[in-house]
Amino acid sequence: MAKISLGKGINMGLRAAMEADSKVVVMGEDIGKLGGVFRVTEGLQKDFGEDRVIDTPLAESGIIGTAVGLALRGYRPVCEIQFDGFVFPAYDQIINQVAKMHYRSLGKIRMPVVIRIPFGGGIGAVEHHSESPESLFAHVPGLKVVSCGDPVDAYWMIQQAISSDDPVVFFEPKRRYHEKAELDESVPPALPLHQAKVVREGTDATLFCYGPMVKTCLQAAEAAVEDGRQLEVIDLRTIAPLDLAAIFASVKKTRRAVVVHEAPFSLGPGAEIAARVTEECFYHLEAPVIRVAGFDTPYPPSRMEEEYLPDLDRVLDGVDRVMGY
Amino acid sequence: MSESVPGIAPEVFAPVEAPVSPPQASEEVEFVQLLTPEGERVEHPDYSFDLDDETVKGFYRDMTLVRRIDTEATALQRQGELGIWASLLGQEAAQIGSGRALNSKDMVFPTYREHGVAWCQGVDPLRLLGLFRGVDQGAWDPRDNNFHLYTIVIGAQTLHATGYAMGQQRDHAIGDAETGEATIAYFGDGASSQGDVNEAFIWASVFNAPVVFFCQNNQWAISEPIDRQTRIPLYQRAAGFGFPGVRVDGNDVLATYAVTQQALKRAREGSGPTLVEAYTYRMGAHTTSDDPTKYRLNEDLEHWKLKDPIERVRAYLTRWAGVEHDFFDQIDAEADKIAAELRAGCLSMPDPSLTDFFDHVYVEQTAQLIEQKKQYAAYAASFEGEGH
Repeated sequence: MAKISLGKGINMGLRAAMEADSKVVVMGEDIGKLGGVFRVTEGLQKDFGEDRVIDTPLAESGIIGTAVGLALRGYRPVCEIQFDGFVFPAYDQIINQVAKMHYRSLGKIRMPVVIRIPFGGGIGAVEHHSESPESLFAHVPGLKVVSCGDPVDAYWMIQQAISSDDPVVFFEPKRRYHEKAELDESVPPALPLHQAKVVREGTDATLFCYGPMVKTCLQAAEAAVEDGRQLEVIDLRTIAPLDLAAIFASVKKTRRAVVVHEAPFSLGPGAEIAARVTEECFYHLEAPVIRVAGFDTPYPPSRMEEEYLPDLDRVLDGVDRVMGY
Repeated sequence: MSESVPGIAPEVFAPVEAPVSPPQASEEVEFVQLLTPEGERVEHPDYSFDLDDETVKGFYRDMTLVRRIDTEATALQRQGELGIWASLLGQEAAQIGSGRALNSKDMVFPTYREHGVAWCQGVDPLRLLGLFRGVDQGAWDPRDNNFHLYTIVIGAQTLHATGYAMGQQRDHAIGDAETGEATIAYFGDGASSQGDVNEAFIWASVFNAPVVFFCQNNQWAISEPIDRQTRIPLYQRAAGFGFPGVRVDGNDVLATYAVTQQALKRAREGSGPTLVEAYTYRMGAHTTSDDPTKYRLNEDLEHWKLKDPIERVRAYLTRWAGVEHDFFDQIDAEADKIAAELRAGCLSMPDPSLTDFFDHVYVEQTAQLIEQKKQYAAYAASFEGEGH
């Protein structure tokens, strides 16, 4: 059993998927010889060749648009968008083409396309390199949107995303690329792709999170013990479709919910979860659903990002508020 | 616009002298032509049409039938049976010539106006109406006739075509001009300004993808003339991307056939992409929702009517191939029959139920959507018997 980083988990998952299915092709900017700016695709071109690990022109719409054509031809393209803020030239192809093809064809065309996007802040980057645009995709029927929160999930979820016959936008928490955990590849994945995971059990309130906020929430839960609070932490893993059964079960148990994400506060995933929980768990709730999120501003210059990003204190403040009712 | 901005010299704002309208007479436009508007065969140093008159008669039939289908669809729209229709009137030669150049393994990525190419690929014309009637969004299986769904977003399909061609490459389906595979992407002069089309050019070029970019330059992108899209002939853009471009008389079915066939052969043998600019004219409106009298002169249309793609073939067949009246009458009768069938088929298209459409969003249906469908079905059922 080896200790691997989250980035390495994705790398190993990509490799496993490519070995299992010769139709899997990986494409993006700088992913070949360089191995990607985060080295997530390191070594793949050397072993699978330039036809399957394609260094593309610098044209994001081109990456997704040609992936659509490759998928129509029977391939399973895994596209890398280099940074979250650079996905927008491809937004039209993702929203109008990738997401709708199955529907428009009444199910005759499948789009097994994975769009990998390193997302979120906390790495001191310049603008357009720290964004959390997941709601802009989760709102679109036809897309599935997931995010991994730890190395083991990274390894399995990327493989599950690739084997999905629906298009998957795969958000990678870039500031957690170097987080490490033990991976035993011989143990099959514990959960299907679109199920949430209880990463810490608790009784007093539930923290719902995904991607980079999983670690933050676990730290908060640990700290809350000092205040005598047992917090449950749920790694949603999938933002679209939400694992509502897991969400409702936890809320019915703890009766208090805090949703945590880096994405801006308004109309973020927290809004949807709050609405669903209100509809389904109204009589179980002791408090309104609280959101701890990025602010409704563009992502700030990096010297201020620690203030912008939800951290342990902001999460605990949210817990204080939800416990105050 | 005579106001000057402080600190900036006025000449910076001086408008560039642009041509007011596209070139009008074919004499001013250089292109590959093998059949004149008068119906005379002419030679070209690089291209020739070597097939017999039976083939030409077949082209005549194709063009006449698709024009009739098109006319019928326009009529159906006028009578409220279609929400909208995008007419191909005037572009029959570009579509039939290029469409008939395709081999059975070649793949087509159309816009929403390629009814003639669909015809060549064996797509039932009735299938095309679903989108325009609003009962579906295409819904055919592209693999059935190697004809992808119509794409409404301008230019998006050129990237799909390029990706598909890269798949053909990876499948080792190219290498031989006859047995290899190629992909053809249709688009218009307006689309040539889109980023996606330019990206497709780059991708096809650097990956040497077996794709033919077939641009029907019909001079108009709704109300915008070609000079709002380009200052140089479109086919010349290919040079900047590193592959050949050729302009063909888009109203000459023999020339569009010959030029497309050569481009497809190049693609199939592995020599990469070609841009074909079929120089033609949109004789009708952009769609049935459009009124071209608001932005173009009737004289233009009259001028282009003299270059009609079907009339010149008829003239050739009558004068030079000894084809009798009977033949043309037969085709007209066949056209009427097809039109009647199309009309009947259109009127009998069942109205879909929204309930069924919940099932096609995903391959693997989500719990939320199953629930939403159930709720909607129950809601809809609550109106039953109320005359809804």
